[in-house]
Amino acid sequence: MSETITLEVLRYHPETDSEPHFRSYTVPYKDEWVVLDALNHIKDNLDATLSYRWSCHMAVCGSCGMMINNEPKLSCHAFLRDYRGGVIRVEPLDHFPIERDLVIVMDSFMDKLSGVKPYLIPKEDRPLAEGEYLQSPAELNTFHRYTQCINCVLCYAACPQIGLNEDFVGPAALALAHRYNLDSRDGGRDARAEVVASNEGVWECTFVGACSQVCPKQVDPAAAIQQIKISASVDWLKNLLTPGGYR
Amino acid sequence: MARSNKPILWLPFAGGGLVAALIMPVLILITGVLVPLGVLHLHYETIAAVAHNPVGKLVLLGALALPAWHAAHRLRMTAHDLGLGGGIFVKAGCYGTAGLLTFTAALALILI
Amino acid sequence: MSRRPYVRKVERSWWLRRPRYVLYMIRELTSLFVGLYCALLVVGLVRLAQGPAPWDGFVAAFSSPLGVAVQLLCLVFAIYHSVTWFALTPKAMPLMMKGEPVPGAVIVGAHYVAWAAVSAIVLIGAGV
Repeated sequence: MSETITLEVLRYHPETDSEPHFRSYTVPYKDEWVVLDALNHIKDNLDATLSYRWSCHMAVCGSCGMMINNEPKLSCHAFLRDYRGGVIRVEPLDHFPIERDLVIVMDSFMDKLSGVKPYLIPKEDRPLAEGEYLQSPAELNTFHRYTQCINCVLCYAACPQIGLNEDFVGPAALALAHRYNLDSRDGGRDARAEVVASNEGVWECTFVGACSQVCPKQVDPAAAIQQIKISASVDWLKNLLTPGGYR
Repeated sequence: MARSNKPILWLPFAGGGLVAALIMPVLILITGVLVPLGVLHLHYETIAAVAHNPVGKLVLLGALALPAWHAAHRLRMTAHDLGLGGGIFVKAGCYGTAGLLTFTAALALILI
Repeated sequence: MSRRPYVRKVERSWWLRRPRYVLYMIRELTSLFVGLYCALLVVGLVRLAQGPAPWDGFVAAFSSPLGVAVQLLCLVFAIYHSVTWFALTPKAMPLMMKGEPVPGAVIVGAHYVAWAAVSAIVLIGAGV
């Protein structure tokens, strides 16, 4: 008999279940399989009612995030071989409501993300004829790592402060805000500060650092948030010392 | 939403964290290990001379007050983490203690 | 199809669920000992202001078995605070040199050099 591995998957069907419960599935073990392959095997061969999100299978789309043995991970990035000989416990990402099985409700994150204005806000309007906004490699280097975010929200599942205060803007959105604040072509820092430097912004962070540890793209949101704390504090001091308040 | 006034608490927290990280271990090494072992002696005249000097007064106040505010802010956040609430009692207890320590230290330094 | 999103509650003991959270909580609780030692030093300052005899009494109390035990406990947590604080500095204060980020180890190393220098100055000032 060929080798198998057991997955305990948290199931929740809002039509019939009052609360989530675990269900066990035994799937073939393959060295090159990831947890997502095992879930696809379950869906195709064992239980077609299992719901979960996925798309690219290559850590680019950011839609297959799950708690795998209590750790937020992309299921396409978690190899069965790392769990060989044990049971793999698969749950929806922490700190989000469960829509169905492994599918979470992401509305709160989408609102937070759009709230920080994660797009270029030019310093001044320039006619098209004046040409492109030039940027040197050194200027790109200051924020490049923060452009790598794929909105997989593993960092929200890892962050205890999100669990303790659902209104906290959170790691990915703040890292994205920082990415545009650092961009030499951008002039939107003050507009973003209304959210980023508010009570629900960076100040809810206690620098646990878990967001950066679980990030599959090495974005390092924890670093972004601490840097915003420092620049927001400098702004606050300047505001205190200059009449007329924030520009 | 509006910009927060949290920097008034965060700046002393961050500054105090750095000060505590740099000087607290060596201070405890002196008062808790070297003096009890008899390697060092903290004579009244030596310490009082430092406390009489205006620069010494400022250094002593910074070395005591900043870490106190650091500890107060961190404890308050930790109380929240532990589900003890972020209510007025926790805030008053943490920041009140730091304020009292700062006031007492400043008063002692003025009177010396 | 009826939507009925299920919200999972965060347990009060959430920080016991993962080793990284436990380490975080220990880091945060260093503040208890930093604060305690600060308070003890303020007592010392008051005794100093009161004159030579109260000061000598304070030094004697600090050197008693209980005083040493409390301070050794504070020392362990103070060192943990220093190490964890310095370890996080590259994130809060990244440096760029000639368009390239300075390696984190260099920034942490600079803090250890500063730590050694401050410790040496305090020790020399105290008469070592």
